[in-house]
Amino acid sequence: MIPAKFNYIKASSVEEAVDLLDKHGSDTKILSGGHSLLPAMKLRLNRPELLIDISGISDMKAISEDGDEIVIGANCTHKEILNAELITSDLNILAQAAETIGDIQVRNRGTIGGSLAHADPSSDYPAVVLACEAKIEVTGKKGDRTIDASDFFQGIFTTALEEDEIITAIRFPKVNNGNYQKFYQSASRFAVVGVAAVKNGNEVKVGVTGVADTPYRATAVEKAYNGNSDAASHATDGVEVMADHFADADYRAHLAMVYVKKALEA
Amino acid sequence: MGNFIGKSVKRREDARFLKGAGKYTDDIKLPKMTQVAFVRSPYAHAKILNVDTSAARNANGVVAIYTADDGCGQYGVPCGWQVNFKNGETMREPMHPLLAKDKIRHLGEAVAIVIAESLELARDAAELVEVDYEELPAVTNPRDAMEDGAPLVHDQWTDNAAFDWCIGNDRAEVEAALEAAHHVTEMEFRNQRLAPNAIEPRSYIADYDVNADKWTLYTSTQNPHLIRLLLCAFALGIPEHKVRVVSHDVGGGFGSKIYHYTEEALVTWASKEIGRPVKWTSDRSEAFLTDAHGRDHVVTSKMGFDKEGKIVAHLTDEYCGLGAYLSTFAPAVPTYLHGTLFQGVYTTPLIHLNVTAPFTHTVPVDAYRGAGRPEATYLLERMLSKAAAEMNLDQAEIRFKNFIPPFDGIEQPGYQTQVALQYDSGNYEETLKRGLEMLGYEDFRKEQEEARKNGKLLGVGISTYIEGCGIAPSAVVGALGARAGLYEVGHVRVQPTGKVSVFTGTHSHGQGHETVFAQFVADKLGIDMDDVEILHGDTEQVAFGMGTYGSRSLAVGGSAIIKSVEKVLEKGAKIAAHKLEAAEEDLEYAEGKWTVKGTDKSVSFGDVSLTAYVPHDYPEGLEPGLDFSSFYDPANFTYPFGTHIAVVEVCSDTGRVDLKRFIACDDVGNVMNPMIVDGQIHGGVVQGIGQALLEEVVFDEDGQMINASYMDYAMPRADDLPMIETDRTTTPCPHNPLGVKGAGEAGAIGSTPAVVNAVVDAVAHLGVKDIQMPLTPQRVWKAIQN
Repeated sequence: MIPAKFNYIKASSVEEAVDLLDKHGSDTKILSGGHSLLPAMKLRLNRPELLIDISGISDMKAISEDGDEIVIGANCTHKEILNAELITSDLNILAQAAETIGDIQVRNRGTIGGSLAHADPSSDYPAVVLACEAKIEVTGKKGDRTIDASDFFQGIFTTALEEDEIITAIRFPKVNNGNYQKFYQSASRFAVVGVAAVKNGNEVKVGVTGVADTPYRATAVEKAYNGNSDAASHATDGVEVMADHFADADYRAHLAMVYVKKALEA
Repeated sequence: MGNFIGKSVKRREDARFLKGAGKYTDDIKLPKMTQVAFVRSPYAHAKILNVDTSAARNANGVVAIYTADDGCGQYGVPCGWQVNFKNGETMREPMHPLLAKDKIRHLGEAVAIVIAESLELARDAAELVEVDYEELPAVTNPRDAMEDGAPLVHDQWTDNAAFDWCIGNDRAEVEAALEAAHHVTEMEFRNQRLAPNAIEPRSYIADYDVNADKWTLYTSTQNPHLIRLLLCAFALGIPEHKVRVVSHDVGGGFGSKIYHYTEEALVTWASKEIGRPVKWTSDRSEAFLTDAHGRDHVVTSKMGFDKEGKIVAHLTDEYCGLGAYLSTFAPAVPTYLHGTLFQGVYTTPLIHLNVTAPFTHTVPVDAYRGAGRPEATYLLERMLSKAAAEMNLDQAEIRFKNFIPPFDGIEQPGYQTQVALQYDSGNYEETLKRGLEMLGYEDFRKEQEEARKNGKLLGVGISTYIEGCGIAPSAVVGALGARAGLYEVGHVRVQPTGKVSVFTGTHSHGQGHETVFAQFVADKLGIDMDDVEILHGDTEQVAFGMGTYGSRSLAVGGSAIIKSVEKVLEKGAKIAAHKLEAAEEDLEYAEGKWTVKGTDKSVSFGDVSLTAYVPHDYPEGLEPGLDFSSFYDPANFTYPFGTHIAVVEVCSDTGRVDLKRFIACDDVGNVMNPMIVDGQIHGGVVQGIGQALLEEVVFDEDGQMINASYMDYAMPRADDLPMIETDRTTTPCPHNPLGVKGAGEAGAIGSTPAVVNAVVDAVAHLGVKDIQMPLTPQRVWKAIQN
C-alpha cells in the first residue's frame, strides 16, 4: 500500500490551483479529502505525477445563504454538511445523504467537491444534486462557469469538468420537502441504490444513483407521478442497469423501484 | 473458586493495547533492516515463460532480487499432516516452492522477492521486474476440479485429488437404512470459502547474525516453536538451535497464523544471503490473496428419520478444496477435524462421510476458526431444522428427540460415537432448555404468527452444537496422520523472592493468556496475581510448545502449567517441613503458606522460595531451586457444546436480514474468567454470523478473486449486530485438572446454522426450503421470489 512517487503542491488560492492544473496537464490530480484518490493511489491504480492540494483554500469551505439558495464550498466535509444548521433546516435531504456516506473517519475527511468530481456511480450526493437541480460552480483557466446538475455527470468517473477546472462550490435551492433513501452495499456501504426525491405538490423530481453507470433523473417516474407512488414502477425505464456480485440487473432494478417508492412515500 | 479463578479479572494486556503500545512484528525496526516487496502472479494458472529482473536490479536502493533460479529455488515449505487415499495410496504431496518456478498455481503466488533499502524503493523496483506469462485455464471449485478434463493443478498426477477419505459405518449399511427410512431429508450446498482477515497482517523479520552464525526470526504467529521446527527441519534444513523465533503481540490469527508460509522461509534464507535483517509485512491485498483461506466444501447429504423424527442414518459426500498446495494442517481439516464431529449431539446409529479432497488453482485452504467443525455443525444443524420443517416437527422438538442423554464422564462413561471419538462429558438438552427460556420460545412463536398476519417475516433458528477441542493425545493424532505431537509445555520458575515467572508454549493472539493463566497460578499457589507473570512467544525463553489453535491453550497449556505448579508445591512442602521441623504429611498448604495441622506454626511461600535459593539450612539430599517444567499430553479431546438461537426479521422488499436477537447458551466446562469467555463467544458468534450473512471469497471463471478488498469483501460491523445474550451451563471436563474445555471457536461453530435456520424459518411459509450462504439480500430476495 505504497503509492508510486508523486509531487505535491499545496495551493493557497483557487487561481493558483487552476494555474498549476493548466501548467501540469493531465498527469495532475486535485487532492481535497483524499478518500477516493489516495486509496486508488496506494493500490497504484492511479499514479498522478503531481497532487495539487486544495484543502487549505479557505474560501471554498463556507456554507452560506444567498437569497433562496444555499451555497456550499467544495471543500466542506460530509461531517460539516450533516452538522450545518442551515442545511439541516433548509436542505435536509443533503444532510440525510451525507450521514450515510462511509464511516466517521470518511465523513470527517471526505468533501462534497471531491466526491462530485470523482463521480463514482455509486456515491450518494449525485442523486441529491440531480433531484434538487443544484448547480456546480467551477473555475478554470477561462474563468468561472456554472454547470447544471443534469449536465454534470457524464459516465462512470466522468464529468463535464474540463481538465483545468476545479469545483469551487455547489449551489442548491432551499428544499424542504425532500428525502434520500439508500440501500447500501454491505462491504463498502456505497449505494446499491440511492434515491433522492424532492416533492412539490403533485410534482416530484427524482435523482437516482447506484443503478446505472451514470446517476440519472428518473424522468419517467416524474411524469407518471401526479401524487401516486405507483409511478415507482418506472424507476429504470430506458436505463441500462448495472450488475455486480452484490446485485445483478434484475435485483438492482427491483431495488430501484422499491427505493423510489420509499422516497415518493416518505 | 479461589480469589481469582472464576472472576472477571480485567485483562492485563489491554493497558498496552488500548494505549496503542502493543509490540507487533511490524513495529520492530532493526539497524540496517531491509524491506521486501514480492512480485506476484496476476493469474491463477499460468506458465512462466521468462522473468527479467535486469531493470529492477539497477533500480535505486535495490539490495537483492531473487527468483526460483537462485539458491532459494531448491526449498519448499512442508505439510504437517498426512491423509492417505482410501485404497492405501500415499497422499499426493507436491513441493510447495518458496518462489514459483515454471508454473503459477494460484493468484498471488510469488515469482520474485525484491529486497531494498525501503519499502517504497522495494515496491518501485518490483514493478520493473518483467514476467512473461502464458495464462492457462484455472479451476477453483472443488467439485469442478474432479470433473474429467479439469485443468490439472499438478501435472505429475492424472487428476486433481490429493486424497480421498471416509469415516463411520459401512456405506452400504447406511444406504440400506436410508432406503428403509420413514423420511429422508436431502441437501446440496456449498460451505463457502472465507478469508481469515486477521487485522494485523502477517509480518516477518529475519535477522542473520554472521558472527554468531545464528538467526532471529520475528514473526506474527500462533506457534513460535512449531514455526522453528518446520522452518529448520523441513523447509531450509538449518540446525534448530541456530534459530530463535520471537513473536511478541499478535493481532488476531483465527488459524491463519498457525502455518509456516513461504514468505517466512524466504526472508530467513535471504537474510543470510545479504547479511542484513529482512522485513516483509503483508498488505491487505496480499492478505486476501495469500493468507490460507477457510472452509470451501461442496456438500451432498441425506439424513433418514423414523416416523417419530429420530435420526436413523446419515450419509454425506463432500468435495473439499485444498488449494494449490498443502498448507501445514490442511489435510486434517476436512477429515479428522470434520468427520469426527458427524455424531453431533445426537444418537444417530449409522453415519458415513465420504470426502474427496482436490487441489484447486487457489491459495491453500487450511484451518479457520473452528476448522472442520463449523462445516460439520452447519451440515447437521441445517439438516435437522430442514427435516423438522419437512416433517412438521418443531425445530426444538426434533432435537430433544435425538439428544444423547446427559453423562458426566465420571459416574457415567464417556459417549462412544460412530465416528471414532469418545465424548468426555455432556448435558446437551440442558443448554437447549436454557436457550429456549432465554428467548421465551412459546411467546416468540405467537409473536411470529401475529407478525406473519401483518406481512412481517420473523424467524427463529436453533443450533445445538458440539465441537472437539484441546487437540489432543499425541498417540491418537499420530495414528491419524499428524506429523507432530500435540502436547504442551508449562514451566514455572519461582524466583528467590517468591515471585513467579510462568513460561508457556501456547501463544496469545488475542485470547488473554497473560491474565487467565496468572489467575489460576496465583490461586493454586495462594499468592497475589501481581506476583505472577506469564511469558510466551520466544523460543529461547520457553523450552518448547505447540502453540495456540483448536481452543487448546487452557485445556492443554493450562494443564501443563498446573503440573509444574504441583511439582513446586510438592518440593516446597519438603522445604517447609524442614523449616517447621515437622513431617510433610502433617502440613497443609493454604493461602500461600504451609501450616502444621492444628497449630499456628507456619512458613510462607516466599520464605520457602528464598530457602530454596539460599539453601543454608536445607533438607539433606534435596536440590536447591524451585523451578519446574512439565509436558502435558492430554488423555482426550475436550468437547464443549451449547445452544445458539437467532431471531431475524427479513425485509420482503429487499431480502435484507435484520438480526434481532442472538442467544448463546454455551457449556465450555469450568470457567476461569467469565468476561474473557464472553468475549471469546461474542467474537466467535460474530465471525459465524459473518459467514451466514456476509462473507465469501468469490472467484471469476479465470480464477481471479473479484472481492479482494474491504470495498467488496463484506465483514460484519457493529451495526449489523444485536447485543449478544450469553449464558452458560457448566459440565466440567473430567480429564484435565482445571475441568476446562475451551471457548475460542465455539461461537463460530454454533452461530452460523442458527442464523441460516432463522432466515429459512422466516420465509418457510413462502415455500423456501434452503438458501445458500452467505444469505445476501439478493439471495434471500430471489429465494422468496422463486
